[in-house]
Amino acid sequence: MRVGVITFPGTLDDVDAERAVRYAGGEAVQLWHADHDLKGVDAVIVPGGFSYGDYLRCGAIARFAPVMQEVVDAAKKGMPVLGICNGFQILCEAHLLPGALIRNHKLHFVCRDQWLKVENNSTAWTTRYDRGAEILVPLKSGEGGYQADQSTLDELEGEGRVVFRYVGDNPNGSRNNIAGITSANGRVVGLMPHPEHAIDALTGPTDDGLGMFLSLVDSVVKA
Amino acid sequence: MTVDTVKNAENTPDQEQPYKELGLKDDEYARIKDILGRRPTDAELAMYSVMWSEHCSYKSSKVHLKYFSDTTTDEMRSKMLAGIGENAGVVDIGDGWAITFKAESHNHPSYVEPYQGAATGVGGIVRDILAMGARPLAVMDPLRFGPADAPDTRRVLPGIVAGVGGYGNCLGLPNIGGEVVFDATYAGNPLVNALCVGAMRVEDLHLAHASGAGNKVILFGARTGLDGIGGVSVLASETFDDTAGAGKRKKLPSVQVGDPFTEKVLIECCLELFAQRIVVGIQDLGGAGLACATSELASAGDGGMHVYLDRVPLRASGMTPAEILSSESQERMCAVVRPEDLDAFMAVCAKWDVIATEIGEVTEGDRLVITWHDEVVLDVPPRTVAHEGPVYHRPIERPADQDAVQADTPDRLPRPAKDELLDLVKTMAASPNLASKRWVTQQYDRYVRGGTVLAQPADSGMIRIDESTHRGVALSTDCNGRYTKLDPYAGAQLALAEAYRNVATTGATPVAVTNCLNFGSPEDPAVMWQFEQAVKGLADGCVALGIPVTGGNVSFYNQTGSTAILPTPVVGVLGVIDDVRRRIPTGIGAEAGETLLLLGETRAEFGGSEWAHVVHGHLGGLPPKVDLAREKLLGEVLVAGSRDGMLSAAHDLSDGGLAQALVETCLIGEVGARVFLEGDLFTELFSESTARVLVAVPRTEELRFTDMCTARGLPWRKVGVVDPESDALEIQELGSLPLAELREAWEGTLPALFD
Repeated sequence: MRVGVITFPGTLDDVDAERAVRYAGGEAVQLWHADHDLKGVDAVIVPGGFSYGDYLRCGAIARFAPVMQEVVDAAKKGMPVLGICNGFQILCEAHLLPGALIRNHKLHFVCRDQWLKVENNSTAWTTRYDRGAEILVPLKSGEGGYQADQSTLDELEGEGRVVFRYVGDNPNGSRNNIAGITSANGRVVGLMPHPEHAIDALTGPTDDGLGMFLSLVDSVVKA
Repeated sequence: MTVDTVKNAENTPDQEQPYKELGLKDDEYARIKDILGRRPTDAELAMYSVMWSEHCSYKSSKVHLKYFSDTTTDEMRSKMLAGIGENAGVVDIGDGWAITFKAESHNHPSYVEPYQGAATGVGGIVRDILAMGARPLAVMDPLRFGPADAPDTRRVLPGIVAGVGGYGNCLGLPNIGGEVVFDATYAGNPLVNALCVGAMRVEDLHLAHASGAGNKVILFGARTGLDGIGGVSVLASETFDDTAGAGKRKKLPSVQVGDPFTEKVLIECCLELFAQRIVVGIQDLGGAGLACATSELASAGDGGMHVYLDRVPLRASGMTPAEILSSESQERMCAVVRPEDLDAFMAVCAKWDVIATEIGEVTEGDRLVITWHDEVVLDVPPRTVAHEGPVYHRPIERPADQDAVQADTPDRLPRPAKDELLDLVKTMAASPNLASKRWVTQQYDRYVRGGTVLAQPADSGMIRIDESTHRGVALSTDCNGRYTKLDPYAGAQLALAEAYRNVATTGATPVAVTNCLNFGSPEDPAVMWQFEQAVKGLADGCVALGIPVTGGNVSFYNQTGSTAILPTPVVGVLGVIDDVRRRIPTGIGAEAGETLLLLGETRAEFGGSEWAHVVHGHLGGLPPKVDLAREKLLGEVLVAGSRDGMLSAAHDLSDGGLAQALVETCLIGEVGARVFLEGDLFTELFSESTARVLVAVPRTEELRFTDMCTARGLPWRKVGVVDPESDALEIQELGSLPLAELREAWEGTLPALFD
């Protein structure tokens, strides 16, 4: 099970994503933004950070990186892809997922331990969870407010494509309390919170996030 | 543009120069002429004036700082790989790991432009750590502001916090602690101190030396612009004053603008260069920019240096050599590289899209020569710039009112009645200095890189250094400026004691000290007395504890008009823990059936206390008694307790006393407790006697732990039990405080002020 983790200039959580893959029993493979090469991996994680400083719109430049063209092609063929935080923003910019992430409604960067409800446990990244389960993982972002037009929201809700929802007070003004969504085929998942920071209660609030990486390893083993 | 060359300077010996506007005194200017045997060129004047400034030359503090190295014994030095004088101190922590850490101030820029001032403060200290060859791992920010409810604090605090977060978060460094303190004396002069810690393998240590004639000098990172040019704008306006419009171009703000993305890329680029072992010497560009980097590199090396200043990539047109030398544009580094490694060096920079330019070379001889389009604009002995600046023995005088302040003890203050004590616990918890700092710290990423084991509101920040051995380090910064005002010698020792205790409270063994000494004007003899006393107190304290000061920073002129800030020698202590899985958390309730023990002795000590400050606005008397032998013993007991798994939680007692420690340990652990005290309840709850820690011990370990305390002569007393069924803090004889009510008090204050 080889899982690629992309590094753009300004990517920060790549080491964390690689560690999470290893904790789940996978092999982490470093992918470089400037290469047209996925190195034969079975899945890809687009990690968090501030790609290119996010001085334009978050993820707006990273989507044009050579490696992202490969990711888009592979995703269309069904490769599991996970976008975390800035990675979620990049997947939205690349149109692998609908909608956009905007500035938090209170305008401050927010770093806190956040309860999430698992709404969909049939994606490539969430089979280890029970539907309706609540997990505690870090959220840390300044532009995490999920926005989409009403018809997109209706479509996401109608097709059960909201994967995670914030529990309790909405931390960033996301519509419908959406924390993470998936593609129509359930292979691409993007979320603002950071499951890779919750793989060990020593360094995270819990190990609740590990389930996402274990789910992936399961899915490829089964396939 | 006419450029003032050395030739021109020789031909125009009597040309008037704006040295006074650049902050040089008559005798300093005369000395420069003496060193050069002629008048300096504009570029030379710019270089000497910034390098001989208080900020760069430590001219007022040097004679006092010497006391640190004079008092450091060989034994204290045994784990030190680099000390005062290098970019940052380096300590050997075992298993082949070296830790480098340092704090720096960015006070004045942060008052003028809170966001950028604070942001570039973080950026600067991170580059210092990087320049030692280490990967920066975490940052901490001790901050001080005017009164929490003052209108200007609403302007300054949110900007500074956003700047610290904005830069550090984008850099990918967890923020693991720091301080937020409010006091009226900081109203016109907030303190923004930034600390960074990094790790490397011992053999990877890099020092800032330019050695080996023929080696190339590379400037890499951001382009050089007009930002951050302070005094040198005087030179610029001389040239452009009469040209309408052109003069305006130069008037850029003197606070630099940060670009954390460029710095993040620069970090990864440097680490890859280090890994390839193609860097002979490296220096970051901070205050005084290229003037500082070139003169320091050349001064520390074994030869001279030639710099072709016209090769420096610029982001503004028409910059003069003087401006290029003193620009403080951020995110730049300077490296010395062997000619045969040049291609490899450039390839790494290209991979990271970092602009790198060969701007010069190391030469035979002992001169730093800078040319501008083949004309010599600077030709100086580098040591005279970097290391042989002026040294002042400033007048020192104990303040006239010091005796009166110390005589005005808190004994005269009315004490609360017994039935007011429970309310007082809540009032104190809600007071700005004791209230939860979550509003601040939740704007900082504490998770990135996955090594953070403890962060605010824990007693110290802790990071894992080695994932296979679980070795880690803990860090705490502390200072109570009110204590230091009452007695600067004792105050500095109390800051050291608290940081030391905080580190030990999490289970780590304290090993080294850094500092950031924030004081008023050195031209005020009373301030110099505070400074001298604090340095002595801190150095003597370090000897008593057996740990060395490995580096530090001095910030003077922190005052508004004639009113100086409280003397604020912030002390940072670094600790080592063999296995971070043995850390002691702050919150109680992790294990069933815990007993609460108070270690140490409580006396009626209220001088400079939070109670006197909050309730009576009083500052007088003497601070709590210092007992470093007891602190050391307490630290040893805590570390032993952690190593043998005898402690399930611990929290240090400091500002606000036992009452505040109880409130915090319950709220952080989200569990209630029943507390029984003896003697005078007011003293028990609010005294700030030092060398005390509240610990939670599982019932099974209670006897073993208390036997150890008794055997080692550490006073202990059972003060309560943790009650997992309860949602209140119950204090016998006084009553019960529901945790929900306490939480609202503790966590509500800052959001109410700043949201």
